[in-house]
Amino acid sequence: MGQIISPLVATLVRLFARFITAVRGIWDGVAPVDKQRIYYANHASHGDFILVWTALPPPLRRHTRPVAGADYWLNGRLRSWLIRDVFKAVLVDRNADTRQDDPIETMSQALHSGDSLILFPEGTRNLGDQPLQPFKSGLFHLAQACPEVELVPVWIANLNRVMPKGEFVPIPLICTVTFGEPVALESGEDKAAFLARASSALERLSPDYEPAETTLDSTESPS
Amino acid sequence: MTALHPDLFALLFGIGALLVTASLIGYVLQRRYSPRGDNAVIENLNQRIRSWWIMVALMALAFLGGKTGVVILFAFASFSALREFVTLVNARRADHWALAVAFFVIVPVQYYFIWIEYYGMYSIFIPVYAFLLLPILATLRGDSQGFLIRVAEVQWALMICVFCASHVPALLSLDIPGYENRNVLLIAFLIVVVQLSDVLQYVWGKLLGRRKIAPRLSPSKTVEGFVGGVASATLVGAGLAWMTPFGVLASAGLALMIAFLGFLGGLVMSAIKRDRGIKDWGHLIEGHGGFIDRLDSVVFSAPIFFHVVRYFWSVT
Repeated sequence: MGQIISPLVATLVRLFARFITAVRGIWDGVAPVDKQRIYYANHASHGDFILVWTALPPPLRRHTRPVAGADYWLNGRLRSWLIRDVFKAVLVDRNADTRQDDPIETMSQALHSGDSLILFPEGTRNLGDQPLQPFKSGLFHLAQACPEVELVPVWIANLNRVMPKGEFVPIPLICTVTFGEPVALESGEDKAAFLARASSALERLSPDYEPAETTLDSTESPS
Repeated sequence: MTALHPDLFALLFGIGALLVTASLIGYVLQRRYSPRGDNAVIENLNQRIRSWWIMVALMALAFLGGKTGVVILFAFASFSALREFVTLVNARRADHWALAVAFFVIVPVQYYFIWIEYYGMYSIFIPVYAFLLLPILATLRGDSQGFLIRVAEVQWALMICVFCASHVPALLSLDIPGYENRNVLLIAFLIVVVQLSDVLQYVWGKLLGRRKIAPRLSPSKTVEGFVGGVASATLVGAGLAWMTPFGVLASAGLALMIAFLGFLGGLVMSAIKRDRGIKDWGHLIEGHGGFIDRLDSVVFSAPIFFHVVRYFWSVT
């Protein structure tokens, strides 16, 4: 039964996502080819990975798994069935004090078995006014552990307007998912520099992105 | 399911022949001018023709399904158009419930009134009831910033995408003596004239277009395209008199009115696109853009066509 129901539910979820958002994938600087990748995206809504997943062409989607927080998704039977059987997520525990498994270890294992991942390096949903929150270090450690895997920035636009925090009826609005040029860890690059570069590569894909005009002024100002 | 009227069959056959011709011309043009797919105009033309096949097939299916089929098709078109429109408005968090009601209550209820042919309700539901209800919902969260703009935009979106568009299937409820069970042909007449007018404006514009007619609103529209398109759509309308309850002259006059309104509707919707800094409303119809890009001229002509026919020909 499970073999039939899970893919069926997955298809229904994707149809629903299309009905509400008419989502379109924009491949801007990277091609939709079947390479092993980490798609790292901005995170503003629980539906984010569903949208990325829906926007991927089926051959890519088939072995792309979202990384999800075990602490949230394993609460309740329906939620844990959805995340495990339907979305086939890689579950990581975000609570550093109580966790038993190392999240980097868990994600590397999934990569070594040949799957691609959808990752939200901000860690939690961004509910503030800034386009991105500071990245957690996971992306850097994965880039070190699996240098052959491409790191593709993915900007999800508009989904936070579809279902703002605290609402339970989605508003149909057109969403886009923009896949950008891959970012690679350079030799000798330290964690902070790499994460800043990865973060700005992602932010540049946002339709609201405006290059900062004050960069020169701020570097020239006395410290 | 209604029996397929022979006139409708003849019309679909004619449109099929037209599409085959268009596809052949597109193929020849591509072979001659864009063998490597590098001529953007020709690639777009062929995309448009391919999309036309799909749109015609969907319309034909809806006609086969009779009133229910046509109502469902236009309800979905309204939903998609509203989704494109609302994506561009200044709605805020406080509008969440008003928008949810617009999509999930007002669209289905309006099309339900169309389906039960309740003229007294479908002609005032959005202009009166939704008009008053939505601003009330928008006040509930006490956010007054940009209030008039937010409320006006949602009402405008509903009038254009739902109210006006629903007047296409509303044509089925007209009661014209001697024209029983053929009302679906009125829809076919409206849509064929308005869409052919758009296509012919495009063709005349591409062939002869020199002087821009409204450079600040729509740089691709030319005087030559407008005159040629509207004039030839009027002739097409006269030629389609056999499937209408009108005489040849009245058919031509109505076609002229439809084509003219359709052109002006295109300009109005272009002005909105310019203001919001976009080229197309959406992307779902390959080569054409969004649903609103394809429906703008229908939306502006359908309600007037409906009321003119209702006043002069219908007994209800």
